[in-house]
Formats: sequence, C-alpha cells, structure tokens
Amino acid sequence: MAKRIDISDLDIFYGDFRAVADVTVSIEPRSVTALIGPSGCGKSTFLRSINRMHEVLPGARVEGKVVMDGQDLYGADVDPVDVRRQIGMVFQRPNPFPTMSIYDNVAAGIRLNARRMAKTDLDGLVERSLQAANLWREVRDRLNRPASGLSGGQQQRLCIARAIAVEPDVLLMDEPASALDPISTLAIEDLMTELKERFTIVIVTHNMQQAARVSEQTGFFNLSSAGQPGRLVEFDSTEKIFSNPEQKATEDYISGRFG
Amino acid sequence: MSQTTAGVPETTTPTQVPGGLRTGGRLPRWTSWAVFAGALAAVALLDLAVALNTALYVLFTAVLGTVALFGLSRAAEGRRTALDRLVTCVVASAFGLAMVPLVSLIYEVVSRGIARLDGEFFTFSLVGVVGEGGGAYHAIFGTLIITGLTALISVPIGLLTAIYLVEYGAGRLKRAITFLVDVMTGIPSIVAGLFAYALFSIFFGPGVRLGIAGSVALSVLMVPVVVRSAEEVLKLVPNELREAAYALGVPKWRTIVKVVLPTAVGGLGTGITLAVARVVGETAPLLVTVGITNATNLNPFDGRMATLPVYAFYQLTQPGVPPEFAIDRAWTAALLLIVLVMVLNVVARLISRLFAPTTGR
Repeated sequence: MAKRIDISDLDIFYGDFRAVADVTVSIEPRSVTALIGPSGCGKSTFLRSINRMHEVLPGARVEGKVVMDGQDLYGADVDPVDVRRQIGMVFQRPNPFPTMSIYDNVAAGIRLNARRMAKTDLDGLVERSLQAANLWREVRDRLNRPASGLSGGQQQRLCIARAIAVEPDVLLMDEPASALDPISTLAIEDLMTELKERFTIVIVTHNMQQAARVSEQTGFFNLSSAGQPGRLVEFDSTEKIFSNPEQKATEDYISGRFG
Repeated sequence: MSQTTAGVPETTTPTQVPGGLRTGGRLPRWTSWAVFAGALAAVALLDLAVALNTALYVLFTAVLGTVALFGLSRAAEGRRTALDRLVTCVVASAFGLAMVPLVSLIYEVVSRGIARLDGEFFTFSLVGVVGEGGGAYHAIFGTLIITGLTALISVPIGLLTAIYLVEYGAGRLKRAITFLVDVMTGIPSIVAGLFAYALFSIFFGPGVRLGIAGSVALSVLMVPVVVRSAEEVLKLVPNELREAAYALGVPKWRTIVKVVLPTAVGGLGTGITLAVARVVGETAPLLVTVGITNATNLNPFDGRMATLPVYAFYQLTQPGVPPEFAIDRAWTAALLLIVLVMVLNVVARLISRLFAPTTGR
C-alpha cells in the first residue's frame, strides 16, 4: 500500500558538515516524484535519509522530521530496520548478491530476514516480483543460475524485483538507469510507470528528460556555492517545473545554462 | 647508430610515416642465447687454465654474457634496447639466484628423506627402537591433533576479531586492536611458547608438558595471521552488497552472516589454510610446551606428545648410537612437513577457486 511522506525542516549532516539544509516537502502516494539538480547538491543524501540509509555511514546524522502516515520515522522508538522494510531502495549500480541465484536474490528479503514461508508461496512471490519487474520472461528458465550472469539492465531490474518482493510502501531509486543503455533505461522507465500504481516512488536522476517523462512531481536541488549545504530550491508539478518554473536557478538548470 | 636524425627534412615517400619513426637495427632473436653460449665457452677455456668451482663458473658466465650482450646491443640496436637487454639479464639472474636455495633445499630434503618414506614410518612409533627401523606414527598424529586444536582455538577468535574490525570497530579501540595484532604478528615463536608454558605452569605446576599447551602457544602465533588475512578479505566485500541488504530491512548481524561472510568465504578459507600452514612447522614453542615422547599419546590433555618438527629436532640432535638411522628419520620427518605444507597450500588454492563467485556466463 502506497503511503504519503511529509518531510519538514530536514537537515542532513556528515559529521559536522551540513550537506542538506531545511528541506520541507510532501511526497504524494501513488506517484513518481523526481529529484533533479547538479552533482554534489545532496539529492542522493536526501533520498538515503528517507529510509534511514544515510546513518549507515560513520558520523552521518539527520535532524528534522520525516513522517510517513502520521509516524515519525526518526522517532526515538523507531527501529531503522523496520523503516527500511517499509521503504525499499534501488541503487545506482546494480548490486545483486553474487553468491546467490536469481531466485535467491528475489527471495533474499524474505530469506535473510528468516521469515518463514511455504515453498509454493515463495515461488509465487518470486514469480510475481519478477513479472512486476518485467524480467520474468527473460529468466524463468534459469532461475537457479547465478545473478551475476545477467546483463547490467537485467541486473538492475532484478534489484527492483528484489526490492518490491518485500512489499514496501515506498520505493526509492537512486539514479537507477544511469549505468544502463537507452533500451534498458526505457524498460526501467516503463516499469516505474507501472509500479506507481502500487508504490510511492521517489527517483533521483541526472537525466532531465527522464524526470519529465516519468514523474508527476519534481524537486530541484541546488547549492549556492561549494561548501554550502544543498537546498530544495523548488518543488512543484513536473509540468510546471519544466514549462514555467518560479525560480531563476531552476530555469537556468533546466535550459542547460548552468550546472 | 642507424637512427634517422630528427630535424633533417626528408622526402617522404607515401609508405613512410610522417614525423619519422626511429628505426634502429634489430638483432635476431637467438642473439642472447648465442652470446651466453659464447660466454659459457669462454669460461670453459678459462676453466682449463685455472680450475673453477661451479659457483664461480656460473657467476663468470652470467657477468661475461651480460656485459657482452649489452655491448653488442649498444653498438647494433641503440641505447634504449641495450638497457632493456641489460635489465632483462639482471632480472633473470636475480630470479635464478632466488631459486638456488629453494631448489637445493627441496632436492636435499627429498633425496635424503625418501629412503625412509615407507610403510613402517607411517605405522610405528619409536617405542623400543634402537638403531634401525621405527617410525613417526606418534609424531604425525601429534602434529595433526595439536594443529587441529590450534585451528579450533584460533579461527573463531581471529574471524570474530576481523569481523569486529571491519564491520563494527571505530575510533581508538579499533586502532588499538589493529596495533596489537600487528605487534603479535611479529612475536618470536619461542616467546609464544614460553607464554603458554608459564600460563599452564600456574595451574599444573612447573615442568608441565601438555598437547593443549602447545595448541595455546601456536594459537598466539596463528590468531594475528588469521585476523590480518580475514580483515583484508572482508574489506574486499563491496559496500554496495551491505547496503543492498540493509535496504531490504535486514539487520546488520544477519547481513554479516548471510551476505558478507558467504561472499568472502573463499578468501577466508584460503587465509585460514595458509595460517595453518604457517604454524604447522613451528618447533620452538612445541619444544617447551609439549616436549617429546617415543610412545604414542593421542590425548592432548594428558602429558607429553610427539610432533613432527620436534621429532625431527630430537632425531637430529640426539640420534643415539649408531646415529645414521635417527638422522634418516629426521630427514623423512622434514620431508613429511614440507609435503604437509604443500598440501595445505594446494587446498587453499582449491578453496579459493571453488568458492570464487561465479559469473555464470
């Protein structure tokens, strides 16, 4: 079930360095929200702080509120492991588990968490997840082969299948297509359009056409100068951002005059 | 030198590369062999005049051949190629020099040890043996038992320490542990033996000799080796895999057990096997903690045991009368140790090949 996320006054730190400042934004359920901006402006950092992956790094911390359906994800009594079970993530570089087969990779979220599931149920889940990731037809006759034998685009779709197999409410994607060729990129974009029926999707991308194609909402991140924290400059419907943005910086970035 | 001089305007024919590549002469491929054959012949002539021993023979040939080849190449091919040939000769000579002790050691041990590598050596101990015959049955099993116990103690400690250092450790404690492990790597083995002896003396009184004390002494030597190799291997596991597991909502300890360790299992197995190979031939610590016995004792918790290195040591230093039979047994024990280490190395290679993540293409 897709959920809504409200973020308010979020500051994100690496040690003493404030990487992202004062982000307040609402992410709508059952839609694709795209985050764009120049390199190093904190888009990925912001994305990783939504499912508490940011704090995995030593010295990294977050101040502010991230509320999903009324619950503060950074509350004192919230276990980050539970947060990540509800908010899945797909990374820039495909990272299937090299020791596992294709089947085991998709089942990893269940198996690694030692959740008991009948073999037939698990088979069904793996098939549904692979179908949802548009990979089933390509791999159904070699499910027990190592995942590292797949092509880059297939591996990335496998990672998406793995992420949706645990049935999260939200799916975060950190430049999911930047390491892929145009055909695989198209496959991933089509997939996002299908998946937004069931999930809330947030995607970081450097490809503005991609943002314009797949998203309903777009946020533009920028930093005023090096060493300053990144800020969310503008957040609006994708149509408005790409046709008639409020801010000069957004317009410059989108028209390619900077960044 | 037959190089075209730069700067002189040339009438470029269509086949010539504009700018002019330098075209030096090139000696035929067999030149270097011919030069060294010539050097060998020259030294042979010298040998007729003044008798040379083998070492001088080889040395003179190498030096003469190198100098001659360098001079010839300098004249015919130019400076750069001549230097290349010179360095090739130096590198090849260094390699040859490094191989001398290795090859002669293996030759010596095999040729002297092969005589007693018979059924009796593997099935008899030294009980009641004076002079000919006898075996190292008790020492072989002693070595296997004590080394096995050592691995049993060291592998969990070393592995868990490495996991702590890579996955959990931070700041001052991590640095302190790393430093101590580095220091422990350099501990002389006799110190490890004395430590274990002193430790067991507290509980069992002075003069204690136990197999388990030897295992403890060897563990002191083995733990840092396991930590170091396991740490390097765990660091090689890509962080992306850990993040992938975290993002699925997998707790950290399960990520380590189910993702990090399986990914690194080949390297861990290799490291552990090599660490075992490192301690299996240790003599000094076993000398002071386990001692030696002529009879078979397979219980590491009760009294003296025999081990191959200590067995070889005593057969050589206290051979009895007549000495040659015991000295033969010492060589055979040495040969067995080398074979044991070699087998462990082969096992390590097999492990790393079997468990390497397959691409499946």
